[in-house]
Amino acid sequence: MATDNQAPIDQPPLRSQSLLYGIVGQETRQVTRQVPADEPPQLPVNAELRSIGKPIRRLDAVQKVTGTAKYTFDVQLPGMLYARQVVCPWPHAKVISIDTSAAESYPGVRAVHVLETLLQTARLRDPEAEARNKYPTVRFAGQTVAAVAAETQRIADQAAKLVKVEYERLPHVSELVAAMDDEAPIVFPGPVEQPSTAGGGGAPEGLPQKGNVRGPNFGMPGMTPTGDIDQGLAEADVVVEAEYRTQVQTHVPMETHGIVADWRDDELTIYASTQHTHSVRDEAAEYFDLPKSKIRVISDFTGGGFGAKYGINNFGLLAIHLSQKAGAPVRMMLDRREEHVSAGNRPNSLQRVRIGAKQDGTLTAIDVISWGTGGIAGGAGIGFCYNALYPCPNMRTEQYDVFTNAGPCAAFRAPGQVQGIFSLEQAMDELADRLQLDPIMLRERIDTKPTDDMLARAHERKIAAERFGWDRRRPPNSDAGPVKRGMGMAQAQWVYVVSPPTTVEVRIADDGSVSVYNSAQDIGTGTRTVLAQVVAEEFGLDAENIGVYIGDTRFPWGPPSGGSRVTASVTAPARNAAYAAARDLAARLAPLFDDADPDDIFFAGGKVGVRGNEGAARPLKEAAKEAKFGEISKLAKRHDDYEGFVLSGETSISRHGLGGVQFAEVAVDVETGVVKVERVVAASDCGRPINPKLVESQVIGGIIQGVSYAIYEDRIMDATSGHQLNANVDQYRMVGSRETPEIEVLLIEQIGAQSSTDARGIAEASNVATSAAIANAFYNATGKRIRTLPMNPANVLAALSA
Amino acid sequence: MAESSRSHGPDGSVRSGISRRTFLKHGGTSAVGAALLEAGAAQAAVDSSMQDGANEVLGPGPIPIDLTINGRRVPVQAEPATTLVDILRNHLGLTGTKIGCDRGACSACTVWLDGQPASSCMTLALDARGRSITTIEGLADGDNLHPVQQAFVEHDALQCGFCTPGMVMSCAALINRKPDAGIEDVKAAISGHLCRCGTYPNIFAAVLAVASENRRRGT
Repeated sequence: MATDNQAPIDQPPLRSQSLLYGIVGQETRQVTRQVPADEPPQLPVNAELRSIGKPIRRLDAVQKVTGTAKYTFDVQLPGMLYARQVVCPWPHAKVISIDTSAAESYPGVRAVHVLETLLQTARLRDPEAEARNKYPTVRFAGQTVAAVAAETQRIADQAAKLVKVEYERLPHVSELVAAMDDEAPIVFPGPVEQPSTAGGGGAPEGLPQKGNVRGPNFGMPGMTPTGDIDQGLAEADVVVEAEYRTQVQTHVPMETHGIVADWRDDELTIYASTQHTHSVRDEAAEYFDLPKSKIRVISDFTGGGFGAKYGINNFGLLAIHLSQKAGAPVRMMLDRREEHVSAGNRPNSLQRVRIGAKQDGTLTAIDVISWGTGGIAGGAGIGFCYNALYPCPNMRTEQYDVFTNAGPCAAFRAPGQVQGIFSLEQAMDELADRLQLDPIMLRERIDTKPTDDMLARAHERKIAAERFGWDRRRPPNSDAGPVKRGMGMAQAQWVYVVSPPTTVEVRIADDGSVSVYNSAQDIGTGTRTVLAQVVAEEFGLDAENIGVYIGDTRFPWGPPSGGSRVTASVTAPARNAAYAAARDLAARLAPLFDDADPDDIFFAGGKVGVRGNEGAARPLKEAAKEAKFGEISKLAKRHDDYEGFVLSGETSISRHGLGGVQFAEVAVDVETGVVKVERVVAASDCGRPINPKLVESQVIGGIIQGVSYAIYEDRIMDATSGHQLNANVDQYRMVGSRETPEIEVLLIEQIGAQSSTDARGIAEASNVATSAAIANAFYNATGKRIRTLPMNPANVLAALSA
Repeated sequence: MAESSRSHGPDGSVRSGISRRTFLKHGGTSAVGAALLEAGAAQAAVDSSMQDGANEVLGPGPIPIDLTINGRRVPVQAEPATTLVDILRNHLGLTGTKIGCDRGACSACTVWLDGQPASSCMTLALDARGRSITTIEGLADGDNLHPVQQAFVEHDALQCGFCTPGMVMSCAALINRKPDAGIEDVKAAISGHLCRCGTYPNIFAAVLAVASENRRRGT
C-alpha cells in the first residue's frame, strides 16, 4: 500500500469551483464541483495546450527499435544462474516423495528447491483439509513442483529432468460441462476462496460450493438481483432467449512471465516482467518475511501482460529461494509452453440469457445464468455489463465458477466483460431484429444511465455509424454467392478506475532540468510518455526534455497497469506536483526579474520570463544557475475524484464508466466456414486523451485482440490426458498480419470535471465490443446467429446448419 | 505470391497445385504461418555444413566458432549444439534479438544472414559461419536510424516493443530488396511474426511510408 508522506492530506479543504464539462466540439457546459484547495486550475481543452493532447512520439520508441530497451528477459548479472521448473505431467496427483539428489549432484547445478506453498490457485476454506500432505496437491498438468538453478540454461534444463517425483494419481476432469456433473471427479476436497488481483477476477468470500461448482455469485456490490424476473418476462412483448459459449483464451505476452531474483545480505532485488512492481515487492515481503524496505523491484520494460502479470507467482517463489540458497542472482523465465499452461488465461463461459422487452424496446427483464472455468482458480464470471449498460427493473445475473484440472485463470483485458458483452450485445441485436428496430435506434432508447460513458456512446454511435457507412447495411443474408458480407455493431462499457494511493514526485535540479518519478511500469501503453507530456505542460517544455524515472519501487507508489487505470491515476498527481514545483521555481526566479510577482513568471520553450515583457525572457538553465536554489522537490498524491467514488480503496471505482462503440464488416464463406473480418470502425473515449496517437495504438491493439478472440484463439485441452494440446504459438492460432482488418479509430475528447487532468483509461474498453460486433455482422451476412466462439470453420458450419 | 524467394506453405512446399480445401486444412493450424526460414537460407546452411566435410566430428564440448556479426569478426567458444540466438544473447550480450517461442513460430528472433531474414533460434551458430550476420544492434548507421526504424518511431509501430526488433529486421530486409514495397509485400514480410499488442496496422503504415518516400526519390 501507499506510503504516507508529507504532501497528501487525507481530507484536503475544498473550494467550490465552476468547471468545463462535456464532449469537446459537441456539447459542453459549466458544472460546479467541490475541488481540493491545492488543486491547480482546470486545464483548457486540448486544442489550447502545448504538450498535453498532442500526438508526440513515444519517448522510448528509439530504444525499442534499436534493441537497447532492456526487458527482464534481457537482464544479465555477473554470476547469474539460470533456472528451470520441474512440472508435474499428471493433471491431478498427490506428491508422495521427491528425490533431488541426482539433480543436486549434476555438474553445474547450484541449487534445487521444492515448492512448499502454491500460489495462483483458489485456497481451501478449511486449512486442515490437506494439512497432512507434505507437498501441495497437483491439480493440473504442468503445475510447478520444484526448480533447479544452474550455471547455464542447458544444464538447468537437463538437471530438472533428474528430479525424481513419486506421484499418486487421482481422477481428473478438464472440461467445463463434465466438471459440473454431480459424479465428476472433485478438483478441491472442499469449498475454496479466490481473492482478485489488481487486474480483476476473483470472487467474493464465503460462496456456497457443491462439488466443483461454486456460487451463485451475483458479482460486484450493486449487482444483487432486483425486481421479479417472471413478472418482467410476462410483461414483455418479445423475449429473446439463447445459450452462448465462449472459449478459453491465453494471454500470450511476447515476453513470457519471469523474474531475476538477486538476494544478497538480507536485501532482495527483483527484476520482474510485471504489471505492478509493488505487487511483486509486497508478495515477496509476505512470503520471505522481509521488510518491504529491503526489497527493490525493477521493471524497466515489460513485454506485454494483458492482465496476467501480478505478484511473484510460483516461479518467483522458487527463483527467490534458489537465489537465497545459491548466493547468486537467478533468472527464471517461463518457456512458451509453461506460459500457456500455467501463467493465466481468460476463463470460458456457458451463458443462458433471457431478455424481455416491450414493443418500443423498453426492457422488462434481464435474466442471465453463467458457468465458466478458470481451472484451479476462481473468477470465471461474465463481468458487470448486464448491470452497467442498460437499466432494467427486473434483473438477475447469476454466475458460477466451475473448477477443473487446468491451469489457473488470471485477469485478462476486461475480465468477464469480454464474455458478457459477447452475449449481451448479440441478444440486443436479436431483440432489435425481432422488434424491427435499427440496432442503433434500440440503443438510443435503452442506453440511458446518467453517466459519462452513456453520453460518450450516444455521440460515438453517431460519428462511427456515419464513418462506417451504416446506412449501406442490407437485410440479413443479402448475398447470393458462397461469400456473404454483413455489417454489425456493438457497444462497450468498462469501469473508470483510479488508484488514489498513487503519488508522483517532480524534481527541478539546480540547472533547471525537470524530472518525474513514480514506481509504475510501462507495459507498452506509453506511461513514460504521458507522464512527461503532463509535466512538460507546466514548464513550457517538450516532453523529450523531461527525465522520466519509473518502474522501480524506490520511487513513490504507482498503480498497477490493470483495470485501465494508470493514466487516470498518475497524470493528475503528476500535474499537481509539476504545478507546485513550477510555482515554487517561479518564486525563486522572480528576484532575477526585478522582483516580479511570481504569478507573472512564465516558462516557455526552455525559457523563463515575465508576462508583459516577453522580450526579456532568458534561458531557464542560465536563470536557474544564477538563482542557486538547490533542488526543488514536490510530491503530490492522487486526490479522489471531485465527485468521489462509489467504491473507495486502492482500487477506487467511479460511478461513471468508459464507453466505446464498434462497427464491423465481415465476409463469411458459407462453404468453408472461414470468417474474415474486413473492416472495423471504433469510436472511443478516454476522458481527455493525453496522447491521441498512443491511445489510437491501444484501441487498434484492443480490436486486433478482439478479432483474434472472436475468430481464432482457443486453448484446446485433451480430456483424457488433461494436457493442453496447443501450448505453443503455431497451433494456438492468433491474428497475424494477414488476418488484420482495416481499422479506423475515432477518438473523442470528453472532459469529466473530476481531476486535474481528466484523463481516463482505454485498454479494456477498446477490447470488449469487438467479438459481439463481429457476431452481429455474421448474422447480417448469413441470417444465422453464431453463439459459440471462436468462429472457426467447425463452429461456423455448425451455426450455419442449425 | 508477392515474393518468389519466400515460401509460406506450412511445410515449405510450393503452393501451386494445392487445392483450396487442402491448403486450409493444413494451413489451419496457424493463422500467422509458421515458416520464416527462407528456402534459400536453409539451402545455404546445408551447403556450408557440407563444405565442412561430412565426417567432421565436433563437440560435445565447446569448440571455436568464427562469426561475422554486424561487420566485425567475432570468435566465440561454444558447444556445437548452440543456437545463433544463444550466442548473440548469452555469449555476446546482444540482447536486442528476442526469443518468443524458441521454435521458429513467432519470428521475434529474426536476424539477417547475408541480408536475408532468418530465425536465429532455429539456426545453429555453426551454420552461420562464413555468413554475414546482422542483428538489430547493427542495423542503424551510428546514430542514423535505418529508414524503417525511423518510420516505426514516427508511426508508433510498437507498443510493448518485445516483437519490435524482429519486425524491424524483416521490414528493413523487405525495403532493402524491394524499396517500393506495397501493402501485400509488407503483410507477407511479417506474416511469420507475432505481435500480441496488435501493432500490425501501424507497421504497415510505417513501411509503406518508407516505400512511398523511396518512390518519390526514385530509388
